[in-house]
Amino acid sequence: MTPTPVEEIKKTTCYMCACRCGIRVHLRDGEVRYIDGNPDHPLNKGVICAKGSSGIMKQYSPARLTRPLRRKPGSERGAGEFEPISWEEAFSTLAERLGKIRATDPKKFALFTGRDQMQALTGLFARQFGTPNYAAHGGFCSVNMAAGMIYTIGGSFWEFGGPDLDRAKLFVMIGTAEDHHSNPLKIALSKFKRDGGRFVSINPVRTGYSAIADEWVPIRPGTDGALLLAFIHEIIAKGLYDRDFLVRHSNAGQLVNVAEASDEFGMFVRAEVPQEEACYDPQDKLWWDRNTNRPVVTHTAGADPYLRGEFRMGDGTVVKPSFQLLQERVKDYTPEWAEGITGIPADTIRRLAHEMGVTARDQKIELPISWTDTWGVEHDTVTGNPVAFHAMRGLAAHSNGFQTIRALGILMSLLGTIDRPGGFRHKVPFPRPIPPCARTPNHPKAVQPNRPLDGMALGWPSDPDDLFVDEDGSPVRLDKGFSWEYPLSVHGLMHNAITNAWRGDPYKIDTLMIFMANMAWNSTMNAVEVRKMLNDKDETGEYKIPFIVVADAFQSEMTAFADLILPDTTYLERHDVMSILDRPISEFDGPVDSVRVPVVPPTGECKPFQEVLIELGTRLKLPVFVNKDGGRKYRDYPDFIINYETEPGSGIGFLAGWRGKGGEKFMRGEPNPNQWEMYAKNDCVFHYELPKSYQYMRNWNKGYLEWSQRNRITRYAEPILIHLYSEVLQKFRSAAQGKGLTRKPPEHLKKRIETWFDPLPFYADTLEGQATDKQKYPLAAITQRPMAMYHSWDSQNAWLRQIHAHNLLHVNTQTARHLGIADGDWIWVESPWGKVRCMAQHSDAVEPGTVWTWNAIGKAAGAWGLSPDANESQRGFLLNHLISEELPGGAGHVSNSDPITGQAAWYDVRVRIYKAEAGEPEQTSPQFEPMKRYPGQSESRSVWNFFAGKVSK
Amino acid sequence: MTQLALVIDLNVCVGCQACVTNCKEWNTSGSAGPMVDQNPYGKDPTGTFFNRVQTYEVGEFPNTETIHFPKSCLHCEDPPCVPVCPTGASYKRKEDGIVLVDYDKCIGCKYCSWACPYGVREFDEQQKIMKKCTLCVDRIYDPKMTEEERRPACVRACPTSARLYGDIHDPESEVSQAIREAGGYQLMPE
Amino acid sequence: MHPAFSVIFLTTLIGAGQGLFLALFTTQAYGLFDLLPKQDGAGFYAPGSAIALLFLAGGLVASFFHLGRPERAWRSATQWRTSWLSREVIVLPAFMGTVLLYGAAQLFDWRPVLATLPGGTAIDATFVLGLLGTLLAFLLFLCTGMIYACLRFLREWHTPLTVINYLLLGTASGFSLAAAFAAWRAPELARFFAGWALIILLLGLVGRASALIRNRRLKPKSTPQSAIGVKHPRIVQVAQGFMGGSFNTREFFHGRSAGTLRWIKWLFLLGAFGLPALLLTAGISGAAKNLLAAAFVVQYLGLIAERWFFFAEANHPQNLYYRSVA
Ligand SMILES: Nc1nc2c(c(=O)[nH]1)N[C@H]1C(S)=C(S)[C@@H](COP(=O)(O)OP(=O)(O)OC[C@H]3O[C@@H](n4cnc5c(=O)[nH]c(N)nc54)[C@H](O)[C@@H]3O)O[C@H]1N2
Ligand SMILES: Nc1nc2c(c(=O)[nH]1)N[C@H]1C(S)=C(S)[C@@H](COP(=O)(O)OP(=O)(O)OC[C@H]3O[C@@H](n4cnc5c(=O)[nH]c(N)nc54)[C@H](O)[C@@H]3O)O[C@H]1N2
Ligand code: SF4
Ligand code: SF4
Ligand code: SF4
Ligand code: SF4
Ligand code: SF4
Ligand SMILES: [Mo]
Repeated sequence: MTPTPVEEIKKTTCYMCACRCGIRVHLRDGEVRYIDGNPDHPLNKGVICAKGSSGIMKQYSPARLTRPLRRKPGSERGAGEFEPISWEEAFSTLAERLGKIRATDPKKFALFTGRDQMQALTGLFARQFGTPNYAAHGGFCSVNMAAGMIYTIGGSFWEFGGPDLDRAKLFVMIGTAEDHHSNPLKIALSKFKRDGGRFVSINPVRTGYSAIADEWVPIRPGTDGALLLAFIHEIIAKGLYDRDFLVRHSNAGQLVNVAEASDEFGMFVRAEVPQEEACYDPQDKLWWDRNTNRPVVTHTAGADPYLRGEFRMGDGTVVKPSFQLLQERVKDYTPEWAEGITGIPADTIRRLAHEMGVTARDQKIELPISWTDTWGVEHDTVTGNPVAFHAMRGLAAHSNGFQTIRALGILMSLLGTIDRPGGFRHKVPFPRPIPPCARTPNHPKAVQPNRPLDGMALGWPSDPDDLFVDEDGSPVRLDKGFSWEYPLSVHGLMHNAITNAWRGDPYKIDTLMIFMANMAWNSTMNAVEVRKMLNDKDETGEYKIPFIVVADAFQSEMTAFADLILPDTTYLERHDVMSILDRPISEFDGPVDSVRVPVVPPTGECKPFQEVLIELGTRLKLPVFVNKDGGRKYRDYPDFIINYETEPGSGIGFLAGWRGKGGEKFMRGEPNPNQWEMYAKNDCVFHYELPKSYQYMRNWNKGYLEWSQRNRITRYAEPILIHLYSEVLQKFRSAAQGKGLTRKPPEHLKKRIETWFDPLPFYADTLEGQATDKQKYPLAAITQRPMAMYHSWDSQNAWLRQIHAHNLLHVNTQTARHLGIADGDWIWVESPWGKVRCMAQHSDAVEPGTVWTWNAIGKAAGAWGLSPDANESQRGFLLNHLISEELPGGAGHVSNSDPITGQAAWYDVRVRIYKAEAGEPEQTSPQFEPMKRYPGQSESRSVWNFFAGKVSK
Repeated sequence: MTQLALVIDLNVCVGCQACVTNCKEWNTSGSAGPMVDQNPYGKDPTGTFFNRVQTYEVGEFPNTETIHFPKSCLHCEDPPCVPVCPTGASYKRKEDGIVLVDYDKCIGCKYCSWACPYGVREFDEQQKIMKKCTLCVDRIYDPKMTEEERRPACVRACPTSARLYGDIHDPESEVSQAIREAGGYQLMPE
Repeated sequence: MHPAFSVIFLTTLIGAGQGLFLALFTTQAYGLFDLLPKQDGAGFYAPGSAIALLFLAGGLVASFFHLGRPERAWRSATQWRTSWLSREVIVLPAFMGTVLLYGAAQLFDWRPVLATLPGGTAIDATFVLGLLGTLLAFLLFLCTGMIYACLRFLREWHTPLTVINYLLLGTASGFSLAAAFAAWRAPELARFFAGWALIILLLGLVGRASALIRNRRLKPKSTPQSAIGVKHPRIVQVAQGFMGGSFNTREFFHGRSAGTLRWIKWLFLLGAFGLPALLLTAGISGAAKNLLAAAFVVQYLGLIAERWFFFAEANHPQNLYYRSVA
């Protein structure tokens, strides 16, 4: 008789994507039998997605790295010749090399991490090391979304806030295919539709979510700015904006100096109110009061500001309310004008604008929730205007995205939907001051041997003096973040790191450490050339990037270029923290943080990268990781998480739940030695529900802001007024115009700053659009995320890859016919920067001027544990080969990024397509030398009969 | 009489494929498993799945609808796949209408799959027997599970709750109500 | 449908076997009424039956290749109440057994008289066995045909013509085989067999051509519209949910171009009808014996092509769901 198998259920958090759902892992004899959603988890409430359901296959993937590997001495980088070494050897090599760098010039060590969920730790490590060269994926992901919205409303979509679909009546989704809030969004969408809500999707392509939209509005890529400005035009023209909301909650009524000659031109005029040096937006601006017809300090009791008009101050200065300036700005942005740019009929634009305005105005929600605003006024109810928006990379991943997203933030504000029921809702730690308080150093001296960086590697500049540049205005960071080229690059610009390091511009580095980023493939533009740069040597025969360390769990394309490979565990094998100090999984009703706990032992010699950082930090004697005597402070990562506090005795650490000696405190409290166990017992998630009265209007909610300040989420409890008009941007523009006392941009960037740092949103074609001959390259080429694949991760997954084995280029049927391209034809897609051969698929669900493909399905031959003839490499392709990381112009090169934030402009590329010649091979191009299997990788099976409990037997 | 079945609400299905892989995951280590995958890491990977989600485009640009269409066994009231089976391996349960294959009896003649108009039976190329959606019989009656868990894997997984499960002969059931409200229809009534 | 060679061989081989047996018994029946010269049991009927058995056994063996689990084949006899396949599984061995007994009785000249007709003609055991065999042969044709004809959704097959054609084509090939056999064993019968072979062949042509014409006129009942339940003239599948193929793309598609299909259609019309008809005619007019053997061989090969086409032509409605790779 066979003994009955042992079955057990362990709860942890999924990491098949960044959504971070709660899961239950069912084990049979220690093997993963089934993974389902945890019904008690606030995020996914029991549901799970295609990726989450395929976690088993990740565990057994032949792509898994299981041993530390070193490039074989004498072999060429990129040739894929590796030999296994011990962890001790890996650590001592690293400690020695990094120790030398730290002792001489810490910025020669660059740490870039991709889609990781532990930026609080990786960021801490980099800062402690002393290098400014740290960034995660944000810059090539959606920094425009974060920055555009946070610089406008103090919060954002992405992981920081979202649409309240429980109460919205109209939902407008723009440029979203999947998003991070993957399962929750799906749950909410279906509920919204079933409750009778109207769902409009603005997207060049109709798939996924757009498929279930009540109305699909196809738009030409990169033109949403025009559409949104036309909406604003209509809303203002028809008087459909929420005046009361704007008056109290935005800077609409604040008076702007419009005397062009003045040094203060474009700045708000201010009252003489003494201010402490602080990073919030002080309430020292003025209104022009209707009742007294005089300027008064904003929010003066009984005052009611003019939103329109022109006024003359006592000293003769001519001023206008910022709303007046906005109205002037959008005067010519008519629906007819936008039609020509977006391809959307003017009537549709008008109809949609009216629908938004009328729904917001006439279907108001009143919730019986009393609250007090920051000016001390008590309210009995919370009002909502039930029009919700959501937008993601369709807006963000364009070089004009920042201003487009500002326009969206302003539209949402005009409709009165910020942190109100049925509109946009914040998630802790947002809202934050505009801009948030974190700053980078503003001087190269912040980088010193053997010292932590004096400031954060990433921050939120509020004026030119916050830029991280040297005396000449040249960048201190390798990626040129926070320089005059991309002043508000709040997430860095990883996509330029390799090219810059290779060129030695602004300087050469020694060691590049990459964690969880596939920078030789899908997170790099111009992949063909970048792969060459990674291998390139200088005259002396030394690699231009001398040492590359890759910490990854799989045999990705990037690992081939490593000198040292550190094999990470999978999400089922490690402790992990989704911290409040980072990007937690908060809900609208309060903060939520969560953890992962190991449910199976590590495979082979895999070691969690968390442990690697703690160990390295300890060996390098980085201050937070060692005691006064230089000895080890934390036994391991779990120990670190329990005991680390942001400042000694602050009571604030990575986790907010079950703090205090016995786990009785929340948000703040002394370390609790049993914190992990308590998380594990509670579904690995901590959900703190704010009192109802703190859940809305948080930018101006006294109770909430004080709570947030008490818990050190924000430093101040000051109101966060919406920036319809952005004085922050104006400061940069003024500097470019030579005004004021701040630093001034270098000559060659003056024009660029002056153009793009417009305090009011405007529409301009994308940088690439401006630089490309559209006759020659008539089509826009974009990618979308498939719901069943996460970036490049899942081609090693036996189940998921059956769903997406290769990708095709989807071309509008009429466009294709016109070019003589039949469904299924092999074609060439050519941009000014490169070309790929692939297969075309006809589609009527794409706008005629756009072609698109699923992102990152195409793989390099032999990568990801796949055979060299696998569909991914032979029929799949990567669009990145067509996208350049740099554009001609400026002084030499300028990054293909938003000039404000450095956001990678993935979706700006223009292409032309034509049929491949008859005799050409039926194989995608370019092809690369097949990658070899590494020591420690398991053999891949030709038949897989997975049955948990029988695999190991 | 009870007739358990799945009902799909195409109005909210976003084509996420959760039901596809969760079904695979539950069943490969369950009573229907293992469910083979061939060339899992090579050319043309293929395997046995009980549920597939397909995509259709309806209409011409710009009046295009994109439809995601999940497809698994309908557990037909009068299943054409059952009487043709020469071994009795294919059968419909009297008590709840579920159509199943008895793996121990199946000779792998594939005849039942010819009789099914929907193409939802899949032959297991390794075990050489016919397989199909079991409506998760090994979940829905498992006394060790909670009420919430005693539903098909695909239904529980579906983030948009597009998949409903219940007794279509019980006019009060969630599925019957959904059919009435949404004007439910059958596939290929001919 | 995907034409599986196991099934092609099964149906064509047993068809020829059945036909041969029918031919043999026809001569015995004619002989009974002295319409044809009586033949020797051991010298003619026994080897004839043996050949029929050989074909039947060949078919049976082929059928096993169609089964995923041949070791469980016995189970397939259990559902005779509902399944034509199950019925075939019962009738085929029953028929083979009868042929065996018939052949044995002929070989050992075991002819107890079981009845006497009014005219005094004695009905002996071989005749009764032959009659039984004939019945079973027809029954087997019915079963085989109905396996396909009963599938409501495969409209190319769902017609009485399917059964008729199985009967006619099998019988025709059996008579050709009988003619070739007779040319070798009982030359005086060769023309008789060849004549009937030709007649049945022509009837078969009518039947098969009718089926071709019928199927060409078939308008699919199921459409993409009814398949997914959406009413709109333009419905295009853009993804079928997997890309590397599945059982559904392998079992129900022939995987050949329309051109190949057309080409095979002409091939079988020529091979199963045109050429054999010529050869049989030539054989009847007394030219070389080998022509009759050639007629059968060509006809048999033609029938393989015919059967391939029979499967390939059938368009399973499930294919509506599998039209695009992406
Ligand atoms: N053309 C085009 N390019 C794009 C985009 C696009 O839309 N179009 N999107 C961009 C965006 S938004 C992003 S965020 C980037 C993402 O780009 P990346 O972050 O570079 O890409 P990923 O595919 O997420 O791969 C990161 C690496 O993480 C590894 N990994 C997976 N799990 C683990 C683990 O548990 N531990 C460790 N150590 N490693 C692991 C994978 O093996 C992989 O090598 O791509 C960008 N690139
Ligand atoms: N399954 C899965 N989920 C993921 C990921 C994944 O790889 N797989 N990646 C995660 C990551 S890192 C990120 S950043 C998020 C991204 O989440 P999303 O931003 O939702 O993902 P994208 O695929 O970039 O979707 C962009 C959408 O914008 C559209 N679009 C492109 N250009 C324009 C335009 O100019 N205007 C408009 N209106 N639309 C446009 C595209 O057609 C596409 O539908 O997803 C996260 N979630
Ligand atoms: S959405 Fe992401 S985190 Fe949630 S189950 Fe799917 S893969 Fe896991
Ligand atoms: S297999 Fe096909 S015919 Fe049989 S019950 Fe399921 S859907 Fe109906
Ligand atoms: S394949 Fe199995 S279940 Fe299907 S008809 Fe044959 S014996 Fe019955
Ligand atoms: S009911 Fe169960 S077996 Fe059937 S499709 Fe759903 S998960 Fe698969
Ligand atoms: S899980 Fe639900 S939404 Fe996703 S494809 Fe299946 S039925 Fe559609
Ligand atoms: Mo991203």
